[in-house]
Amino acid sequence: MSEPDTSKPVMPTSDQPMIQIEGMHKWYGEFHVLKEINLTVSKGERIVVCGPSGSGKSTMIRCINRLEEHQRGKIIVEGTELTDDIKHIDQIRREVGMVFQHFNLFPHLTVLENCCLALIWVRKMPRREAEEIGMKYLERVKIPEQARKYPGQLSGGQQQRVAIARSLCMNPSIMLFDEPTSALDPEMIKEVLDTMIELAESGMTMICVTHEMGFAKTVANRVIFMDGGEIIEENDPEEFFSNPQHDRTKLFLSQIM
Amino acid sequence: MSLHKEPHPDLPPPMTSVGVIGWLRKNLFSSAPNTVLTLIVAYLIYISAVPLVQWALIDADWVGDSRDACTGGGACWVFVSVRFDQFMYGFYPESEYWRVNLAFGLLVALMVPLFLERFQRKGWLSAFILFIYPFIAYTLFYGGSLGLKEVETSLWGGLMLTLVLSGVGIVASLPIGIVLALGRRSSMPIVKAASVVFIEFWRGVPLITVLFMASVMLPLFLPEGTHFDKLLRAMIGIVLFQSAYMAEVVRGGLQAIPKGQYEAANALGLSYWKTMGLIILPQALKLVIPGIVNTFIALFKDTTLVLIIGLFDLLAMIQTAFTDPKWLGFSIEGYVFAALVFWVFCFGMSRYSQSLERKLHTGHAR
Ligand SMILES: Nc1ncnc2c1ncn2[C@@H]1O[C@H](COP(=O)(O)OP(=O)(O)O)[C@@H](O)[C@H]1O
Ligand SMILES: [Mg+2]
Repeated sequence: MSEPDTSKPVMPTSDQPMIQIEGMHKWYGEFHVLKEINLTVSKGERIVVCGPSGSGKSTMIRCINRLEEHQRGKIIVEGTELTDDIKHIDQIRREVGMVFQHFNLFPHLTVLENCCLALIWVRKMPRREAEEIGMKYLERVKIPEQARKYPGQLSGGQQQRVAIARSLCMNPSIMLFDEPTSALDPEMIKEVLDTMIELAESGMTMICVTHEMGFAKTVANRVIFMDGGEIIEENDPEEFFSNPQHDRTKLFLSQIM
Repeated sequence: MSLHKEPHPDLPPPMTSVGVIGWLRKNLFSSAPNTVLTLIVAYLIYISAVPLVQWALIDADWVGDSRDACTGGGACWVFVSVRFDQFMYGFYPESEYWRVNLAFGLLVALMVPLFLERFQRKGWLSAFILFIYPFIAYTLFYGGSLGLKEVETSLWGGLMLTLVLSGVGIVASLPIGIVLALGRRSSMPIVKAASVVFIEFWRGVPLITVLFMASVMLPLFLPEGTHFDKLLRAMIGIVLFQSAYMAEVVRGGLQAIPKGQYEAANALGLSYWKTMGLIILPQALKLVIPGIVNTFIALFKDTTLVLIIGLFDLLAMIQTAFTDPKWLGFSIEGYVFAALVFWVFCFGMSRYSQSLERKLHTGHAR
């Protein structure tokens, strides 16, 4: 047969970008929320996305793992194009971990169960093995001693670190962070940022929506500024902060600095 | 003077705020109006409880085998004790009572380990009770095999019938209700429409009508000569009716689960059914335990309506006994007994739901 088998994801090659977004648009009903988004992320890149509230940052990164559906353009993750095909969606979700502003831990499960659940039910791993992996990542985010507690018994910072561990358990090659520190009390922000910095140092490909400019300066390879559903400006952090090009970027930076 | 002040020791609370006196003060006599209310209520309790106790306990007659034994002027519990077997088993043959006792005894024995903290295999045992036990119970009740005499369902009655009807109703209406609730929230239009129509139809008709339809009208539509057990028809009617209510209770719980829970589950790659079964339903059902148990209690009491289609549940058996010429005039005792039995079961369910809620509570509410 000469016809290509479209149901099978293409294997990634080494020079291929991890994420490739081309001419992507999205509407909520009549509302044009994302306009002509183009973004390429290579392996190991750390990208910080910032911009005023309502500019479409969350929507953009949520399109990458199909929590939201885009209507025009292409999203290709590690060689797999995101379409309606459930196999492609599963394949991409396998590679992409996500951390949310409000943690979204499962409150009826213990911390360790939160970490193991998907290993057991999605990866079909035996419980014993899954728990070992769960503990490994809880140690990595420095809260192995909380494994048997429920999320409701932990502080916000601890919960967010559990959420990071939960994602890492699935061994993703890309991590998405949607304002991971915005819901935290000030004294807990550092512990979460430290965990993220450590993750960046290990070579993880990351896209972080955040307003922590210190984090952007030390960790990011690139900073993206969005406004009104568009990518307005894209630059390396030094240039971005010292020499913003666009008026809207300047206004935004003057407001948050 | 040192800057390091000794920590202040913990002192016991003042006497007036703890203990019996503290409690009385705080709850019953905290202000003048409160004190007046307390006294009025205490008086009302006194004037109603004393005659009741006098009638039901002090002046009551307990032993004997005919109405002549009732001479005390209070309640004649002899009526209940003489008729007790019929209240429990209906017209079930006396020689076969042991089968009913065995079936319910077995159920109690099977359920005890579920309440033990240390018992590990709760899942398997629950599955056994839900999927295997009904066949055992049916075999024991109905007979006709294993050398057991056949006992037609028209002979089943009394508390036994009440428990059979409500047991089947409870066990079947919850899963059907869950499926309907998921259907109503489905994004597939046909599934959604079918669930809405089903729920709204069954919620819109009174249970009495459902039972009448099941017993009178259904046979008209069936081919001549097909035998379709009356009890089974009533059961199906009750199950469909209650599962519509259950569906709405469960839907309330589903709506209370934040969108973030679905998103986190999706991001981890869980499928729709795994998301529902592992993440959403466990939380949603926990939230609506009071509503679920409320529906169970309503179902339990609603089974008394089967008397209008000629099934003799506990209440119907008691009412039948009123017409016995030898025992005319003892309906108060009969109704009090019926009320007591129903209350014991309903109160038991209510207490169990509270303990379940406490047990499933994990950490602080968000
Ligand atoms: N489910 C939705 N339906 C309709 N509009 C939405 C929905 N989610 C977000 N929006 C709108 O889309 C815009 C972008 O939202 P979002 O991506 O959350 O912004 P940001 O994360 O940058 O604050 C906002 O104006 C928001 O009101
Ligand atoms: Mg956002």
